[in-house]
Amino acid sequence: MARPVLIALLATAAFAACGPAGAEGLLPYTVAGDAVPDSLTGTKGDATRGRALIVERSSTCILCHSGPFPEQAFQGDLAPNLSGSGSRWSEGQLRLRLVDASHFDPATIMPSYYRIDGLTRVGNAWRDKPILSAEQIEDIVAYLVTLRD
Amino acid sequence: MKFVGCIAILAALAGTALATEIPQADRRSGYSFMGPDSRAMQDDDTSNPGMLWVLDGETLWKRKAGTAGKACGDCHSDARVSMKGVAARYPTFDKALGKPVDLEGRINLCRSNHQQAPPLAYESRELLALTAYVAQQSRGMPIEVGNDPDLAPFVAKGHELFTRRQGQLNLACANCHDDNWDRKLAGAPITQGQPTGYPLYRLEWQSLGSLQRRLRACITGIRAQAYEYGSPELVELEAYLMSRARGMKLETPAVRP
Ligand code: HEC
Ligand code: HEC
Ligand code: HEC
Repeated sequence: MARPVLIALLATAAFAACGPAGAEGLLPYTVAGDAVPDSLTGTKGDATRGRALIVERSSTCILCHSGPFPEQAFQGDLAPNLSGSGSRWSEGQLRLRLVDASHFDPATIMPSYYRIDGLTRVGNAWRDKPILSAEQIEDIVAYLVTLRD
Repeated sequence: MKFVGCIAILAALAGTALATEIPQADRRSGYSFMGPDSRAMQDDDTSNPGMLWVLDGETLWKRKAGTAGKACGDCHSDARVSMKGVAARYPTFDKALGKPVDLEGRINLCRSNHQQAPPLAYESRELLALTAYVAQQSRGMPIEVGNDPDLAPFVAKGHELFTRRQGQLNLACANCHDDNWDRKLAGAPITQGQPTGYPLYRLEWQSLGSLQRRLRACITGIRAQAYEYGSPELVELEAYLMSRARGMKLETPAVRP
């Protein structure tokens, strides 16, 4: 278990400069009810990096969402405001939402950020890669849980 | 019991894939989502950058090309008469080829069959100019695509493609353009994705561009593999979009942000 995690982390670090999700395979995770209780990487994410990731265009979140990001002139209104997510959902529920939002509602338009199966005609540049790496998801989860109001 | 459950789930999934189509009365051109500056730019031919391509097209219309030594105008005379209403009917089903042909495809067929000249590349200045010149002759006329039974199977394929989720973001065209056209993506209106203005001048492109260019941009936007220019899939999407816009007025050359 420790070895694949280490390799994945190294891969993430090596590809970090190429944008989200390097050529990393998916780490195994366990769904318990409507949550993924344990960190995908085994470590706690960094909330400051998480905030920066959410507002980054390539993460795609604020194409659809708005949130407590006063410095961002361009935010979406296809999805709920992210303010208060941390009080509405547990850490594990937020993690599952990011990993695979279709678990909550198969008809959702929110992409599954840590899934590579069940997709059609993915472009070459993105094929067989999750939208976000496990580490990036942990950073975002760490930030979302701080959004209490 | 189990079987019934399965059907219920399948029906639910099918229901989500086939999003609600926009009622006729609610259909709106991308024009109506633009700010006053962009509208004014489209409305005034002296400020509409697309008119530069239309003027080029008029010159090309009269220029002899290919080993046949013929100009478009030698066969079609005055485009203002012969091409009036033509763009409002495209894509059409070509009986000889047994498949639909869009306006760019038709112009290239005239190049190869009637002028004995090599086809023009998609998005080349010449093909955009000729297409814009031909389509501008239908400006203000209602779109008529969708009545031909021969075209119907291709419109249906285009519709299927429009509602199919694809790409890394796993979205269908319909998720945005049928279900969320009244909302904003990163602050910008999504619009209904109506094909009424093509080829059109997009400020973001700083150029005129074809409908296929726009479709490829949306496909790449959801991180799917874009179909090649001229591919059957893009022509089917064009055919569906034009039949979906039946009755709406052509605006070529339109302006978009
Ligand atoms: C294509 C649009 C879209 C994108 C992109 C998107 N979401 Fe969502 N998200 C939604 C929608 C719609 C909902 C509402 C519930 C549903 O339909 O699943 C939602 C729900 C949520 C919720 C629960 C909100 C609540 O309090 O009920 C969270 C948290 C969330 N998204 C976070 C994110 C993050 C973080 C990202 C980027 C990594 C992201 N979303 C990207 C559309 C999107
Ligand atoms: C030698 C004569 C000839 C020349 C030159 C020619 N065409 Fe055509 N064009 C035709 C014929 C004949 C048709 C009818 C379809 C067919 O048989 O190909 C046609 C059809 C068309 C149509 C479709 C009309 C409709 O009602 O569907 C368009 C548009 C068109 N031509 C544009 C052009 C353009 C632009 C050029 C110059 C680049 C051009 N043509 C050059 C003979 C010509
Ligand atoms: C994530 C949302 C989204 C998806 C999915 C999407 N588009 Fe778009 N589309 C846009 C946005 C944003 C624009 C630019 C706004 C505009 O000018 O209409 C646009 C523009 C268009 C236009 C131009 C409209 C005009 O007025 O000129 C067409 C046509 C179009 N899309 C078709 C499609 C097709 C076909 C698909 C599926 C292959 C698709 N779109 C998928 C968001 C989307």
